[in-house]
Amino acid sequence: MGGSQSTTSIASLSVLNKPLLGPWHSGTQALCGPECRDKPFDQTNNYFIMNSTTASSPTTVEGLHPAKKKFTYNPNQVAHTLDKLGLGYFSPIARLIGRDEPSKQVKAITQNTLLPVLAFIIVLLAWQYCAGTVKTDSQKIPSPAETWVAWKDMLAFSAAEKSKEKDYYQSLNERVANYKTMAFQARDSGNVSRAESIEKRISKENAKVYQGTTTFFDQIGISILTIAVGFLIATLIAVPLGILCGLSPLVNTALNPLIQLFKPVSPLAWFPIVFVFTTWGIDQPPAASIWQRALFTSAGVVTLCSLWPTLVNTAVGVAAIDKDHLNVAKALKLGWFKRIWKIVLPSSLPLIFTGLRVSIGVGWMVLVAADMMSQNQGLGKFVWDMYQNGDTASTAQIIIAVLFIGAIGFMLDRIMLVFQRLVTYEEQSI
Amino acid sequence: MKLTFLSIPFTALAAFLLSSCGKSDSSVSTAYPEAVLETPQADQTISSEMEFLDIEKDTLKFGFIKLTDCAPIVIAKEKGYFDDEGLSVNVEAQANWKELLNRVINRDLDGAHMLAGQPIGATVGFGSQADIVTAYSLDYNGNGITVSNDIWAKMKPDVPKGSDGKPIHPIKADALKPIVDEAKTAGNKLKMGMVFPVSTHNYEIRYWLAASGINPGFYFDPATKQVDVPGFLNGDVELSVTPPPQMPSVLEAGTICAYCVGEPWNQQAVFKKIGVPVTTNYDIWKNNPEKVFGVSKEWAEKNPNTWLAVTKALIRAGKWLDASLDNRKEAAKILSQPNYVGAPYEVIANSMTGTFEFEVGDKRPMPDFNVFFRYNASYPFYSDCIWFLTQMVRWGQIPEQKADDWYHEMAKNIYRPDVYERAAKILVAEGKAETSDFPFGTDGYRAPSTDFIDGNSYDGRQPVDYVNSFSIGLK
Repeated sequence: MGGSQSTTSIASLSVLNKPLLGPWHSGTQALCGPECRDKPFDQTNNYFIMNSTTASSPTTVEGLHPAKKKFTYNPNQVAHTLDKLGLGYFSPIARLIGRDEPSKQVKAITQNTLLPVLAFIIVLLAWQYCAGTVKTDSQKIPSPAETWVAWKDMLAFSAAEKSKEKDYYQSLNERVANYKTMAFQARDSGNVSRAESIEKRISKENAKVYQGTTTFFDQIGISILTIAVGFLIATLIAVPLGILCGLSPLVNTALNPLIQLFKPVSPLAWFPIVFVFTTWGIDQPPAASIWQRALFTSAGVVTLCSLWPTLVNTAVGVAAIDKDHLNVAKALKLGWFKRIWKIVLPSSLPLIFTGLRVSIGVGWMVLVAADMMSQNQGLGKFVWDMYQNGDTASTAQIIIAVLFIGAIGFMLDRIMLVFQRLVTYEEQSI
Repeated sequence: MKLTFLSIPFTALAAFLLSSCGKSDSSVSTAYPEAVLETPQADQTISSEMEFLDIEKDTLKFGFIKLTDCAPIVIAKEKGYFDDEGLSVNVEAQANWKELLNRVINRDLDGAHMLAGQPIGATVGFGSQADIVTAYSLDYNGNGITVSNDIWAKMKPDVPKGSDGKPIHPIKADALKPIVDEAKTAGNKLKMGMVFPVSTHNYEIRYWLAASGINPGFYFDPATKQVDVPGFLNGDVELSVTPPPQMPSVLEAGTICAYCVGEPWNQQAVFKKIGVPVTTNYDIWKNNPEKVFGVSKEWAEKNPNTWLAVTKALIRAGKWLDASLDNRKEAAKILSQPNYVGAPYEVIANSMTGTFEFEVGDKRPMPDFNVFFRYNASYPFYSDCIWFLTQMVRWGQIPEQKADDWYHEMAKNIYRPDVYERAAKILVAEGKAETSDFPFGTDGYRAPSTDFIDGNSYDGRQPVDYVNSFSIGLK
């Protein structure tokens, strides 16, 4: 019973992951088998150099410290590193610099650049066309040009809001100077209680910190902070639970129905429940604090929606550990914690990170909706506020927010990809 | 709660928010706090020391909804009145009224721009139950009823017109009645939008409809003891909740055919030619209370000096807003910023600077459309609170009939003119306001008035008689 359920999880999981990982993961790296990973490529004969000292340049004087050896540009190594960092787009350029099959690289660069640019132009034209046709009496799709203007307005607005900070402190200083004169006069005229109340005010004024309007860029920061919190909590719950599920078929049998039940729930449905919990459990911090309760409500929704891929992947990864490894652990009489730390975790890391990568993608998608509802000052709130403004420029600003949301989501995915590749052998990455 | 929305993805969200509000509304409770107002501290002398109140909490966050009548809060911030009181205030737009109230109740917000009915509804336990108090009325008037172009085309022939061919105002719902009856007979009741179950707009559109013999529907049926959360019982039309900024697009989508909402969302309909405002709430009841600045009772008890200081700043902002036309224009400019109301300046300025455009081109002077300070608009009169209570009883939101004393006691729990008067006295002592700016010495009841669209007389001292005076309404 338990076994059949876990195979279903594996199946659903690989379906989920394949399209996500496919396009970026292939490429030059595929030429290189698992055994050549981390080994430098010899640029001239394409043989693996097993002993790196033989590759040292002829100028190296024997007996000198190896750090002094002359730097040689190894295009394969650079390209390989770029691939690993999720920057595979630049690897043909790196190879071209090293004159590694230039004609092939030029072709790759042209293709990699021209095709996306072409697609971009088509989308831009379609957008321009929509801007001319999709309009109702009360709203319309802004054109790319209008969106550009709205972007400049947003920059100007943020800059203006930031410059208010200086004005604020200036007027604060003037006020305090004024109060000081008043306090002095009050003391002079013998009105001690008045002088004291003014002095108390002065000390409070001096302690004041500027509370600015939250601009678009602040909101980006808050969104990233929120997903970091939500994702961290999700990981702290999902990995240990996943290990338990993977190790013990009993735990897996117990939890699997719940996991299947909660996995498909929409963030909008989780929100009211999380809201009750955070309102109950978190005391409202001071207004100026960045750790607002709404942030935790959003983060909680992110947690509940994003922990499932990690949980399922961890369970699958742990369940799939080579039995020989576990037997070795038994033979060595390793303790429970040591077994998990030395055997279970390392061998399931690739799948755990695959899960984490899917999780952060889900979390980021969910975050915008959660922010709209919880009033967390993130990008979702920006979109909702602009929607309520009912100006054509506000639709343009929503388009800008959409582009930013996409770009940041892409960036998060790249970061997770790097981690994933660091712990994964090529054959294992799905 | 029956929700009829168009298919914009956002409205799905809105629908969700609203339906969650509908659920808690079902717990209509008659519980109300027994605490009575402590006697105003009349013995406390107002001296110039009060200028530097000992503030308990100086970093505050206030919520608002994107409507022009949040102006006093925004102006008090932008003009530095809060700073003068030693307060550092952040104002934050909220998604909808339900969310705003919840965040005041759970202390995410220190205070907020509220519908006058919200502190009252919350205290009597209609919707979210919580003790909310107010010492400052943000404005009078400021709402309008807009009908779709389609309905207006059918109504217009029956509307009385003057010698210039333009409709004579106020336009009553008489011309709407045949259309309502026809739709009802066809089994397809007209659907209309208002912003919140305890909002002024709900009571105003109900008042306007009922004044012409159209039954807007009840929340409770005393005969069967049936409670109806959406308030559709026995109605000739169906009134449902839509957040203010979404009104024009929902009207355009044809989901509703009329709505009652605050500015700039009526002028927006004219600008975009999707509807025609037929009446303003000034015509329904001259100088009717609209929004208040609400705080939770717990907060007020913990931070009495802060509350006083906030009230002082708001009074100065209200006074500034009504001081000149130039100030109004400046306010419209400030409010059009994306972090405040965010609608175009022209739309906001239209109603804020003393005019109101009905049909396209039919722009009429409306000097009292937005009143922030004149006519003592900022004073929290008990009689204003009692009017809302009478309407809650009239439409069955409060399911049983109450005695006069109950109304007076509730008003004294929720409205706190004592705090307002202290703030006013300090401002007078500081030379920042005149004694003549304030109705010192009032007992908190406005003079009886017949300034209603149906000519009915309202005396806040006799609430039960008033409830019994309506032909459509629970008695």
